[in-house]
Amino acid sequence: MLDAILLTLKLATLTTLILLILGIPLAWWLAQSRGLFKDMIATLVSMPLVLPPTVLGFYLLIALGPDSPLGQLLTSIFGAPLTFTFSGLVIGSVIFSLPFMVQPLRNTFESIGSRPLEVAATLRASPLDTFFSVVLPLSRQGLLTGSIMTFVHTLGEFGVVLMIGGNISGETKVLSIAMYDYVESLEWGKAHLIAGGMLCFSFIVILSVTLMERNSRKGSRL
Amino acid sequence: MKRFTLTLLLFISCSQYLPADTARIAVSSNFTIAAQKLALLFEQTSTHTIQVSSGSTGKLYIQIRQGAPFDLLLAADMERPQRLFDEGYANTAAFIYATGKLVLWSRDLAEVSSGLDVLKSKAIRRLAIANPKTAPYGKAAQQVLDNSISSPYPWTLVKGDNIAQTYQFAASGNADAAFVARAQIALDQRGYAWDVPQSLYLPIHQGALLLKRGDNNPAAHAFYRFLQTDKAKSVIQHYGYISQ
Repeated sequence: MLDAILLTLKLATLTTLILLILGIPLAWWLAQSRGLFKDMIATLVSMPLVLPPTVLGFYLLIALGPDSPLGQLLTSIFGAPLTFTFSGLVIGSVIFSLPFMVQPLRNTFESIGSRPLEVAATLRASPLDTFFSVVLPLSRQGLLTGSIMTFVHTLGEFGVVLMIGGNISGETKVLSIAMYDYVESLEWGKAHLIAGGMLCFSFIVILSVTLMERNSRKGSRL
Repeated sequence: MKRFTLTLLLFISCSQYLPADTARIAVSSNFTIAAQKLALLFEQTSTHTIQVSSGSTGKLYIQIRQGAPFDLLLAADMERPQRLFDEGYANTAAFIYATGKLVLWSRDLAEVSSGLDVLKSKAIRRLAIANPKTAPYGKAAQQVLDNSISSPYPWTLVKGDNIAQTYQFAASGNADAAFVARAQIALDQRGYAWDVPQSLYLPIHQGALLLKRGDNNPAAHAFYRFLQTDKAKSVIQHYGYISQ
């Protein structure tokens, strides 16, 4: 079980880090631009919210498998197909949790408005400088919410992993799969342990996010 | 639009007023195709209807214990039907409706046809078996591995949720080979197969159990009896099972 806990934490941490790197520029671009193209990209980003995980799992199984051109390319780089590997799960999680990072970030970026940017520009700050020394510090709350939501959402991932994971200990057997395995093999004592643990953990995390958001709103009013 | 509405209404009314003579049968994944064929044959000579639900035997066992509305269980072992009988979920003990055969199958590797030696070569990177904890064919595959290959294995062992997913892993090329049920490849001309000698695993006796819920269901009784006819047995054999 410890295997599964560590693996799940590793997957959630990596997914959050990768999504921070990908999500910040993407959310910034979505917050700044207008037009149909932007709307289409924004729609694509939100798709994992409504698509069944089995749809995503099915496409990943095909795309990462040895029959697709992408799968063949990845196989030649990594030496083996990415299905049934930890790297495969990371790719799946990044796509699956994308809206959980991009949505809160985009909301914060939009709430900043153009005023601070214009002030920074009159002080001769370059756009990049403005972004790092004005926008990001002002977006602390969105960064935190996005990261936490991505992290917990990755902990709760199940359908995609069931389809492309292959239930390998230490590689793809994450907590939700271990839990499923315990239920199916009637080891309900262990299943209760994981279920109860995850229940408490997600309650605490979501409650903390709510409290932090309220505090920061109070803070900004003062 | 009108026709669409009518069809929809018809659909809704049918789903709400299922005829009394519908039997719901829980079928172990390895037997799904055969069960559908049997249901089709049965329905041709009967007014009853059969609904097939499939999953690993372990999963179906738990579902039945938790009150799933099944009339009949076609398992992939005798252990779970026996347990359900002991636990009071059935009035009659299970009978063996089929004895399954395990095969090693690969979509692309011809070497598989000559036996287990391929598992000691570098040709295989991933081998798929069904989850031994819940799927009897996975348990049999694990016995074969324990009897013939020393661990650590030179490849990654990938586990399918049930024997159908296991076959899918290999059929999609994501696993290089898989231990599957003979029945799954009986009608598939692709790939290469090798029948695992029966000395390497305990016989896969598959039990049929009429559940208490099915005791008052004429459709379940009729299908249960149909399974024991020569006609049904020849179909079962056709799919690669032993059936006496």
